Amino acid sequence: MSDSNGTGRAWVYGDNIDTDQLAPIHSYKNMEAEEGCKFCLEPLDPNFASAVKIGDIFVAGNNMGIGSSREQAPLHLKLLGIRAVLAKSFARIFYRNTLNFGVPALVCAEVDRINTGDELRVDALKGRIENLNTGETLECEPLPDHLMAMIADGGLMPHLKNKLQRE
Amino acid sequence: MGQSQPPSQSMTLSEKIIAKAAGLDSVKPGDIVTCAVDVAMMHDSSGPRRAGKMLDELGVPIWDKDKLVVITDHYTNDEDPNSVEIQKITHAWVAEKQLPHFLPEQGICHVVLPENGFLKPGLFCVGGDSHSTTAGAFGAFMVGIGATELASVLATGEIWVRVPETLRLDVSGCLSEGVAAKDVILKLCGDIGIMGANYMVVEYGGEAVKAMTIDERMTLTNMAAELGGKTGIIAPDETTAQWLAATAASGVDIKTWQGDADAPVAKTISMDGTAISPQVAAPSNPENAADVSEHAGTPVGQAYIGACTGAKLDDLRMAAAIVNGRTKATGTRFFVAPGSNRIRDAAADEGTLKILEDAGATILPTGCGGCIGLGPARLEENMTGISSTNRNFVGRAGEKSSKLYLGSAYSVAAAAITGEITDPREFL
Ligand code: SF4
Repeated sequence: MSDSNGTGRAWVYGDNIDTDQLAPIHSYKNMEAEEGCKFCLEPLDPNFASAVKIGDIFVAGNNMGIGSSREQAPLHLKLLGIRAVLAKSFARIFYRNTLNFGVPALVCAEVDRINTGDELRVDALKGRIENLNTGETLECEPLPDHLMAMIADGGLMPHLKNKLQRE
Repeated sequence: MGQSQPPSQSMTLSEKIIAKAAGLDSVKPGDIVTCAVDVAMMHDSSGPRRAGKMLDELGVPIWDKDKLVVITDHYTNDEDPNSVEIQKITHAWVAEKQLPHFLPEQGICHVVLPENGFLKPGLFCVGGDSHSTTAGAFGAFMVGIGATELASVLATGEIWVRVPETLRLDVSGCLSEGVAAKDVILKLCGDIGIMGANYMVVEYGGEAVKAMTIDERMTLTNMAAELGGKTGIIAPDETTAQWLAATAASGVDIKTWQGDADAPVAKTISMDGTAISPQVAAPSNPENAADVSEHAGTPVGQAYIGACTGAKLDDLRMAAAIVNGRTKATGTRFFVAPGSNRIRDAAADEGTLKILEDAGATILPTGCGGCIGLGPARLEENMTGISSTNRNFVGRAGEKSSKLYLGSAYSVAAAAITGEITDPREFL
C-alpha cells in the first residue's frame, strides 16, 4: 500500500460526496471492487477514476461519504491509490470504514485553501498538510498513534492479524 | 480554555459510559479511545455470514461468548432460497460456536435484545445494525458498526471510538392526544435534516420525554440514526428501572448512570411538546417531515405498522385506539407486524390484536419484513404506502417506483381506515 506520509496531487470536490457516487450500485452489486473502482465518482466526475494516480489525495468539504454503510465506498478510493482523504467533516460510518481500510481520513477545517492539482505533503501522524504549490501549512485534527499503527498495517483486518500473531 | 480544568470534569452520560469502557477517569468530545465491549449484538444479515466468516478467516475464537447475542430477524419467515440459506448459515455457525445467547425468530433485534435483559444503564454495546442506537432508551451507549468491525470486536472485545459531541433535544410540556414520540423525532428530522446530528450523540430529555414510556423512548433513540447520529441516549429513571425489572437484567443502577447537569453540550434544541402536531415524512427521505395536514387526502394503497421503530406494544395500542370498531378502507392493505413475539402475545392477551384484526388488519409474523420490502407487505410497482417504520428511501420497502410516507402508528392506522393520509386526531 502507498505510504500515507508522502506527496500527491489533490483532487478537490465539494460537500456531501455520497456513497452512491463513490460506489454506484452497478459497481459493487455484480462486480469485485478491483473492477468496480473504475466507476468511482462516475456520476460526479467521470474522468476521476481513470486520471487519478497512485498517491493522490482526495479532498472534500462537509459530510464526506454520506449515505449507506457500504464498505466499497472507501475501498474504491483505496484501490485507485488514494493516499489520504481530507475533509471538513465526514459521515461517521464512512469515516470509520476509511480508517479501517488503512486510509487516513483527516478532518481539516482549511481544505478551502487547496486547489485541484496542488501538490500536497500529508503527515497523517502529525496531522499536518503542506501545500507545496502555495507553501502553506494546514493543520488537521491529528490521528492518535494506535490508529496510525492500524493504517500502517493496511487496515483493521491486517492489523488484527499482525497483532494476533505477535501475541 | 485557558483556565485549569477541575480534576474530574463534568461529563454527559455518554461520556461517562465511554470513559468507563475505556478505563479512563474522564473523556471529552473528540478524544479517540479504545473501549471494552459489554455486549455485542449481531443479526442474520451482517452477523454469521459476514462478520462470522471474517472471524473464521482470522482463525481466532470469540473473545467472550457470554457477551455475544445472535438474533435472527431480517430474513426470517421468508421462503426465498437466499433467505433460507442465510438462516442455515446462521444456525450452523451458532451451533458450531456453541453460543449461549441465540434468539432466533423471536422478533426484531432492537426489541428482542432488551426484552431478554441484555441491556441496562451504563453498558457500552455494539451492534451490527445501524439502528443499534435504540439501546439508548435504556441508558446504554450502543453504536452500529459494519461487518468488518464486528469481526474485529468478536476477535478482541474492543473497539475504538471518537467521543461524540452531544446534541440535546429538550421537549417541554406534554404531547397532545394523538401525538407520539414518532412525531417528535420526525419533526426533529425535518428541522435539522438527516445529517443534523452527524457524529453526535443525541440526548433526549425534558418533561415530555420523562413522561414517555420505554416503548416511546425507543422510538426516539431508534431514529437517532436518521439524524446521522452516532447514537441516541436518554437518562435512565424509575420508568427504566421498572421496565427492566420485568426482564432478566440484573444490577440495574439508575443512580450512577446520570450525566452531570453542568456537562457542556455542543448544541441544545428546545421543542414545545404541546405544540407538536402529527408529522408525516413524504417520500423519499425522513427529513421531508411536515404537519400531517400538508399531506392529508393523499391516497394510500397500504398502511403498515411494523419495524423496530413502530411496532412495540404502545404502537399497537395507538393503532387500536384509532381503529376501535372501524373497518379499514376497501382497496387499502392493512398490515401489522408486531415487533416481537412477546409483544404479539401481550397484544393478543389484552385484546389489542383482536381490535386490529376486527378492523381488517392482517397480522404478519414478527421480524423486519415489510420494512425492507420482504413478505406480503412489500410495496408493489407504483404503490403508495404509509408506515410506522424509520426510513423511506427509494426502493427501501419494495419496488423502486413505490412511494412511502412515514408516520406514527396513530397516523398509519388513521390512513388504513380512510384510505388516505389523515390527521389521526379526527378519530380520538
Ligand atoms: S425493522 Fe427495519 S430498521 Fe429495524 S432492524 Fe429491521 S430492517 Fe432495520
